[in-house]
Amino acid sequence: MDILVCIKRVPDISGRITLDDSATDIDDRSLGHTMSAHEECAVELAIQTAADTSGSVTVLTLGPAEAVEQLRAAVAVGAKDGILIETDDLSAFGPEDIASIIGDIVRDRAEQGQTFDLVLLGNDAADTGDFQVGIRLAYDLDYPVLTGISTLHAVEGAGAGDAGAGGPGSGGPGVEARGIGPSGTEIFSLELPAVIAVQEGGVDPRYPSITGRMKAKKARITEYDAPEPGTGNPRIGLELPPETTSSVTILGEGPDAAPALVDILEEIGVIRS
Amino acid sequence: MASIPTHASVVVVGAGIVGNSLVHHLAKLGWTDIVQVDKGPLPNPGGSTGHASNFIFPVDHSREITDLTADSVRQYKELGVFTESGGFEVARTPERMQELRRRMASARAWGIESHLVTPEEVVEKVPFLDPEVIVGAFWSPGVGVVDSVGAGTMMREGAQESGALTVSANTEVTGIDVEDGQVVRVHTNKGTIETDKILVACGVWSPRIAAMAGAAIPLTPAVHQMISVGPVPQLAERPGEISFPIVRDMDTYCYERQHGSDMEIGSYAHRAILHEPDEIPSIEAAKLSPTEMPFTDDDFDPQLEQALELMPDVLSNPDVEIRYAINGLLSLTPDGAPILGESPQVKGLWSAAAVWVKEGPGVGRAVAEWMTHGCPEIDVQNADIARFHPHQRTREHVRARTSEAFIKTYGIVHPGEQWTSDRNVRLSPMHSRQKELGAEFFEVAGWERPQWYSSNAKLVEEFGERVMDRSAEWDSRWWSPIINAEHLAMRERAGLVDLSSFVIFDVFGPAALDAVQSIVLAQMDVTIGRVVYTPVLDETGGFRSDLTIMRLAHDRFRVVTGAAHGMVDVKWFADRLPETGAQIADLTSSFTTIGLWGPRARDILSQVTTADISHEGFKFGTARTIEIGSLTVLASRISYVGDLGWELYIPMESGLRLWDMLTEAGQSHGLVPVGLGVYGTTGRIEKGYRAFGAELDSERTVIEVGMARPKVKSQNFVGRDAHLRHREEDPKAVLCSLTVDDLTSSTGEKRYMLGGEPIVSANGDPLVDGHGHNPYVTSAGSAPSLGKHILMAFLPPAEAVLGNQLQVVYMEEFYPVTVASVDATPLFDPTNECIRR
Amino acid sequence: MTLVFVETDEGGQVQLTSAEAVTFARTNADVLAGLVGSPPEQPPGRSATSGQVAQRPQGSSDEGVTVEAAVIGQLTDAATEQLARLGVETIHHLEHPELEAYSAAAWAQALVDIAPETGTVMASGTPRGMELMAHVAVRTGQRMAANVIAADADGLLRQVLGGSAFERLALGGDLQVLTIAGHACSPEDTTATTPEVIEYELEIAVEDLRTAVVRTEVETTDAADASGLTQARAVVGAGRGVGSENGFGEVLELVNHLGGALGVSRVVTGLGWRPHSEQVGQTGSRISPDVYIACGISGAIQHMAGIEGAKTLIAINTDEESTMVQRADYAIIGDLHEVVGAVNEEIRTRHG
Repeated sequence: MDILVCIKRVPDISGRITLDDSATDIDDRSLGHTMSAHEECAVELAIQTAADTSGSVTVLTLGPAEAVEQLRAAVAVGAKDGILIETDDLSAFGPEDIASIIGDIVRDRAEQGQTFDLVLLGNDAADTGDFQVGIRLAYDLDYPVLTGISTLHAVEGAGAGDAGAGGPGSGGPGVEARGIGPSGTEIFSLELPAVIAVQEGGVDPRYPSITGRMKAKKARITEYDAPEPGTGNPRIGLELPPETTSSVTILGEGPDAAPALVDILEEIGVIRS
Repeated sequence: MASIPTHASVVVVGAGIVGNSLVHHLAKLGWTDIVQVDKGPLPNPGGSTGHASNFIFPVDHSREITDLTADSVRQYKELGVFTESGGFEVARTPERMQELRRRMASARAWGIESHLVTPEEVVEKVPFLDPEVIVGAFWSPGVGVVDSVGAGTMMREGAQESGALTVSANTEVTGIDVEDGQVVRVHTNKGTIETDKILVACGVWSPRIAAMAGAAIPLTPAVHQMISVGPVPQLAERPGEISFPIVRDMDTYCYERQHGSDMEIGSYAHRAILHEPDEIPSIEAAKLSPTEMPFTDDDFDPQLEQALELMPDVLSNPDVEIRYAINGLLSLTPDGAPILGESPQVKGLWSAAAVWVKEGPGVGRAVAEWMTHGCPEIDVQNADIARFHPHQRTREHVRARTSEAFIKTYGIVHPGEQWTSDRNVRLSPMHSRQKELGAEFFEVAGWERPQWYSSNAKLVEEFGERVMDRSAEWDSRWWSPIINAEHLAMRERAGLVDLSSFVIFDVFGPAALDAVQSIVLAQMDVTIGRVVYTPVLDETGGFRSDLTIMRLAHDRFRVVTGAAHGMVDVKWFADRLPETGAQIADLTSSFTTIGLWGPRARDILSQVTTADISHEGFKFGTARTIEIGSLTVLASRISYVGDLGWELYIPMESGLRLWDMLTEAGQSHGLVPVGLGVYGTTGRIEKGYRAFGAELDSERTVIEVGMARPKVKSQNFVGRDAHLRHREEDPKAVLCSLTVDDLTSSTGEKRYMLGGEPIVSANGDPLVDGHGHNPYVTSAGSAPSLGKHILMAFLPPAEAVLGNQLQVVYMEEFYPVTVASVDATPLFDPTNECIRR
Repeated sequence: MTLVFVETDEGGQVQLTSAEAVTFARTNADVLAGLVGSPPEQPPGRSATSGQVAQRPQGSSDEGVTVEAAVIGQLTDAATEQLARLGVETIHHLEHPELEAYSAAAWAQALVDIAPETGTVMASGTPRGMELMAHVAVRTGQRMAANVIAADADGLLRQVLGGSAFERLALGGDLQVLTIAGHACSPEDTTATTPEVIEYELEIAVEDLRTAVVRTEVETTDAADASGLTQARAVVGAGRGVGSENGFGEVLELVNHLGGALGVSRVVTGLGWRPHSEQVGQTGSRISPDVYIACGISGAIQHMAGIEGAKTLIAINTDEESTMVQRADYAIIGDLHEVVGAVNEEIRTRHG
């Protein structure tokens, strides 16, 4: 199974952030960059699935020239090659644009004889959190789409037909996908090709080995110039949450303060007696 | 809100290994009311200690660093946090093997067990290393790893338990108040502390804190990349944190260090990646810690390949994953040395910065002693914060030099190696002439100083064999036979030396005599016009400096000292002036100095002056103003090269005129320009003149260096009591001059020692002096007048016997040497005829 | 009109997050209406429409803007009553055998069928809400804004970067499609009316069933724990300060005393000490218990994003300056093992 994983270079944030002078983006000068946690899991799922099916994994990103680092990071853990659609102004692109650009690449590759059976994305990007590129891409390609998927297995005879609701269920090659739903783990069976947006939590992304990292350095990265954005980004600007002033009541230091805390728990009424 | 004390005897900023060690030693030395703050949480506040690789190689080419490291290891061992692993420095090239032979010289000189070993011997201890890749290695059995956070915690908590220390974590210094040049209080986000001392020990943030008081701590945060890979089955087989020796792959500027089942690979091979102290992310904004910056893969990729070559079995395993990778921040200084001591800019602002984990506890003790007694036991002159000249404190200079130096961390650095960055900062008025003469400029304290002149190449032919040319590349690097030719021309005719880099300052005012009298060893109540060469001692009777002082008036003394150490001298004097009645004026940039020496010096000078400069009319050791043409020149008849002549002091703007006049007048006398190669080495070494920093330092006494005078003046001076005591004791070591009897190596090539080599007995056994030190060459150089290569070294008193046959070890070969002088008696012109003619 | 997709739980109750979304829709109905159709390129705050709207008092429902709810599947009387109290005037009830198994495409099409041509369609920012709104947006040719927390005349404000920043944006278009971030507002009852319930005869395209849930495994510990965590009245949180995989003893005892749930920081799951299902934060569960007791958690933004809904926040931490202590209502400064141990002891003493 040949799998395309779409990843995004995002600032590696764990703490307080500051905005750049234009207040339309964050100041990432002292920040590292990474791919989103969801996408790390997508890459891991892709590598495992490709390994099970003698397939290969290609990673794609839309971003600045430096985003090649994230592509190489994916190659270092087992992807075969990368596609960089380069732009120095990623924030000019909206989710519609990004989905359509990825769609064009998938079609282009298909014309050149490289068909992706599965396109994986993260559920949402760690920075923009749009929650929609995967779905838009699926419509663009006219593929079925799932989101919030945490594990994935290649199967023969897939299709929603066995849900007993008259679905297609034609039994071609497919995947069984799992995700956490409101009342338990939901299991989906999907014919290929398909788009799946991955949610972190189902697999532990591997770290690169030294040989993997060295392979990544030499990996083939195909570069394209990004087209002009169409729909564009509806962003007007960024704002930081107001600094909250602390109104904490310190109950005390150490074990001596325990009774005061139990008083509060009793008042709230959460102690099971 | 936890409260913070309102008063402190000292506020220590930083709770890394340095700050923690400092509070421990200060408390031990009797300090109370110490307050230690750190803006981060404890026990790991997020500075460089927290991500240090924590291994210690004991041998460094620098004695100072080696001693601080040895003291640190002793302290780590006492705390029970030292694990000995042994360590290899492996060589992939013949050049590196030569460097490892030099490393052996340092190991022998500092008395640290080390061995050169074959690749096979390395593999016996590190079976996963590919012996094909290396040609040999330097084995240090004493290498080990420490728990620097644990050690710091024990030291800090010990000081707390003793009641001497209050610790406040998560406390950021927000300001420092300075009144009349003196620290008076420290502001923090938790309150204000009244104190007259703040000790800045917060590593990469130190410049930020110092700047709050208007002072400079010229270091820069710089990246050292490190990754951790694992799990490695070969390492997991053995228990504990470390059971395999640490490997430094010197030629790739990397190290491999076991950490449990992981291997840490660190690199000093990448481009210099510098950061600004103000732009280090806050603890809140940092992903790991503020000093664990995001890893930049591209910079490390070449090192991965090299590491793979060295340890293929371990690192090509696909299950061995890169689990941690950082651009760790550490502190770099423009000259590579730490920054210790009280700032010359603000009283009460102390620095203990740019210190590695291997030196941390030793530095803590040294600085605590310094603050307590005025001087530390271990000489740390090269780390003194007062050493920096103004331009060396600038951000630009720090950036330029640290960028250049980063690759030298594991590099092969020749002792004479010159900087290429930030040059031409201080030019003498004669600079343009010197360029025309093809001067080879060496830099000291920003000054461009001619080391030799290409225009003198013809002299090499003239003097033929006597120039003692050197065929070995290492011995002749940063050297020219022209130096020796210039030397001979000066000895036979005359030489003109540009001495513009002298640091010159006046001590003046009604109390000036008392002031200088109380600071220096020599009697300063001398007639006006006398020039006095004198040691400057610290309280323990060790050398703080040696310098010359001219008494220009009843209330004015002009102090002349070297460029490298001069700024420290200025502070030393300034700190010891009486409250009123004496002041200091730094005249370094006001005067240039031209030296004129040689048998024809008087003939030349008399051509341009009508002043009486006869031997009787202008006595040795005197100074006075004379007219040279239309110039008014302060002439001083002394010599550091051992020949007749004068130092001529003239305002900078007239220096070129004087140079030209003397050059012209000297034409018919065979006057040649002479570089600092003569002034600093050949001229002085054949006269046995001692140099501060080589022979003279705070661990040496006046007696040991043979500079004791018949009487000690009755007036009190710093170090007098100790000096008197030393005079009563037998010296523990004696400074000697030695001649190398045969310079021929095993391959038949003549080799010339450059300094730092160990001296051993005739049968190769180590020698040990009364301090427990092994003798080593403090200075080495050609003595062209004698046709010898001369070494200076402190020998055990029993070995300091004229004619005693010993050996010097150079590049791991033994050369016979003979003790030629056991006091300050010069080998050339022992009765000083040349000076007094 | 503003149409809100409402999720109900297995007991037929309206989910808290949906109640929040309905409240948001009602209290911002006029502002949202004012934003409809405003072209995205128009500078914010300058259009006549939004200017007029901005002068209206916040929170009062515009006569002309109705808040309507869409419920797929079972509609209980309880839910109808709840929605009535929340100010919903019309409930669109969408029921069809093919919709029993969740299929995003089919559910989304059902919503599209009843969505207005002009107005707003929204859901709460749950995984299902996000997914459905994205489908609705594509099917109606609109943009979509995720995790909106506020709306005013200048446009929408939504959470980005895991809640550490807000993005201001203008969607434009006749139909605004958005999701409301959890805890953007609290459910607020208003004068109850009897909502009109409209039933539909739906036609489901086979094409839209390609991604239906095949089956649901409720017995998995992950799911069980996750729902326990989000429903618990008391959650005890544990972070790196616990020290090791074996350091959860005191914390788990406290969980037991409170009949609550354990929630952990990302570091803890990253280190493999506890399963991901217990993770609270941006990429874990977002919780809204009556009390959250954070033990040894410094308060990384990642984690804070998940506990915004806690009504009372108690911190136990050695670092008084930590974000968690500063943001807490109550705090004890000290080692979590000692303090939690003492709290357990105190509870045992008082409650036998």
